[in-house]
Amino acid sequence: MIRIENVSKSFGGIQAVHACSFDIEKGSVTGLIGPNGAGKTTLFSIVAGFVAPTEGRIVLDGEDITQLAPHERFHKGLVRTFQIPQEFSRMTVRENLMLVPAGQSGESLFSAWFRRGRVSAEDKRIAEKVDEVLDFLEITHVADEVAGNLSGGQKKLVELGRTMMTDAKVVLLDEPGAGVNRTLLKKITDAVQRLNTERGYTFCIIEHDMDLIAKLCDPVVVMAQGTVLTQGTMDQVKADQQVREAYLGGGMSGGVEA
Amino acid sequence: MELSGLLFYGISLLTLAGIYGILSLGLNLQWGFTGQFNIGIAGFFAIGAYSTAILTAAPSNSFVGGFDLPTPVGLLVAVIMSGLLSVVIGWVTMRLRTDYLAIATIGIAEIIRLLLKNEDWLTNGVRGIPAIPKPLGLDSPLAFLIGIIVVLVVVYLLMEAARKSPWGRVLRAIRENENGVMAAGKNIQRFRLEAFVVGSTVMGLAGGLYAHYFGFISPEAFEPLFATFLVWVMLIAGGSGNNKGAILGAVLIWFVWSGSELATGYLPAEWQAQAGAVRVLLVAILLQVILLTRPQGLLPEDMGAGRTSDPTPKEGRPRKVPAGE
Repeated sequence: MIRIENVSKSFGGIQAVHACSFDIEKGSVTGLIGPNGAGKTTLFSIVAGFVAPTEGRIVLDGEDITQLAPHERFHKGLVRTFQIPQEFSRMTVRENLMLVPAGQSGESLFSAWFRRGRVSAEDKRIAEKVDEVLDFLEITHVADEVAGNLSGGQKKLVELGRTMMTDAKVVLLDEPGAGVNRTLLKKITDAVQRLNTERGYTFCIIEHDMDLIAKLCDPVVVMAQGTVLTQGTMDQVKADQQVREAYLGGGMSGGVEA
Repeated sequence: MELSGLLFYGISLLTLAGIYGILSLGLNLQWGFTGQFNIGIAGFFAIGAYSTAILTAAPSNSFVGGFDLPTPVGLLVAVIMSGLLSVVIGWVTMRLRTDYLAIATIGIAEIIRLLLKNEDWLTNGVRGIPAIPKPLGLDSPLAFLIGIIVVLVVVYLLMEAARKSPWGRVLRAIRENENGVMAAGKNIQRFRLEAFVVGSTVMGLAGGLYAHYFGFISPEAFEPLFATFLVWVMLIAGGSGNNKGAILGAVLIWFVWSGSELATGYLPAEWQAQAGAVRVLLVAILLQVILLTRPQGLLPEDMGAGRTSDPTPKEGRPRKVPAGE
């Protein structure tokens, strides 16, 4: 589905990503783990088009998309979330989600002025879709709350909700579980699982919570120092000596038991 | 002041407040919705004013203009010219952050003012352009005021419709968080350019109306103080992001500004020069007071624009985190 080919990126003197290659298979939930500073988020930004790689290619369904702008990749079904939620703080949760669907005729000023009926009918349909998503994420009660007032975990859910407002093919989730309590985390995990099985979304997830990774992800890709250390099932990865040294550290990390 | 004089003063006060209201609505689209820092309002205002002045004024020997064209043509060209200027500026700066837009707009506004001052063949230089006709036979001050109010209402309605539409939603989202908008698949450069151009044409229209109102324009009228700074004060005082606030701020600040001019007229002659400077200081202090005590303006932005049903009471804007937390 997505092929990351020999991608490198340096910021000034820092080599954030170095000759990194792996595939995200169609229908999979691929985990991306590794220590802080391993280049995971930079790689996400490169895949989603927010950062241009110094070298390498990104291929989506056989098509080289390395040169495409973020919004162009979005229209090809490639959607990302951010580690730090990028909500529109002074807009309601409902508006945060209503923004997302592509091709809204009301996004043309001419239609907004002179085809009011058509635009408002369309908006009504989008609002219904928003209600479904809010319901799915169980945050209907904050629909008309200004997004800046939400808790960190609720913002994470809105961030996830945005990916559900579109017909995504591949969703890149950047630490969906960070700073989220257990109940919410379970909600997010369930949401990902359902979207994967019911709607056929392909996921790639960066996460430090090994329970979440173990539950959801196959395969798991381990990055360290800007490159892929190894990949395989969670058990294979856990058994890997290099991984234990670089990241998991012999039983040091809370969620992992070897 | 006798009664008719007072009436005339009141009408002229409201007419200019209306023109400033249109400017303020234009700025609100750029800054209030989209977060674009345009500090070259004077440039678009001037281009609008001079476009229609050159086209509609009576023929003159001292400069190329005076084409005696119908005033609607002049106003249309005023809108088009300010739009073209903004496309050029926008094209260059839209890829950059908004601070660069500030630098570009203030620079270009000053260049325009100097061109108007020095290109005598086109603009008659510092002597200005006289004999600019009133549009559509709105010769009496009251008729012209009514005309301005009609234009103001139309612009207000268009801006309100824009704000509540999906288009306006994208603009407000760009103001809040560009990354988020890109991740939602929007071409933010397109939206930024559109907002900038539409806002600038509104300013150009205001400039055209200003020229027709006074019947005479010269580069002096487009000093940044009157044509840029004052509009910013109006928008911020009235409520950035709120179209009603933009108009309210324009009216109130214009009353303060003109009222203080009236007041300085009663001072002894030797104090009047200083008083002129004090007025500027007064408006600047007023701006500081507003920013400190009511940063959201008199009429804060309605955060729930576009909400379909309105069951819950509105929350204010999120509290600022105190420094050090």
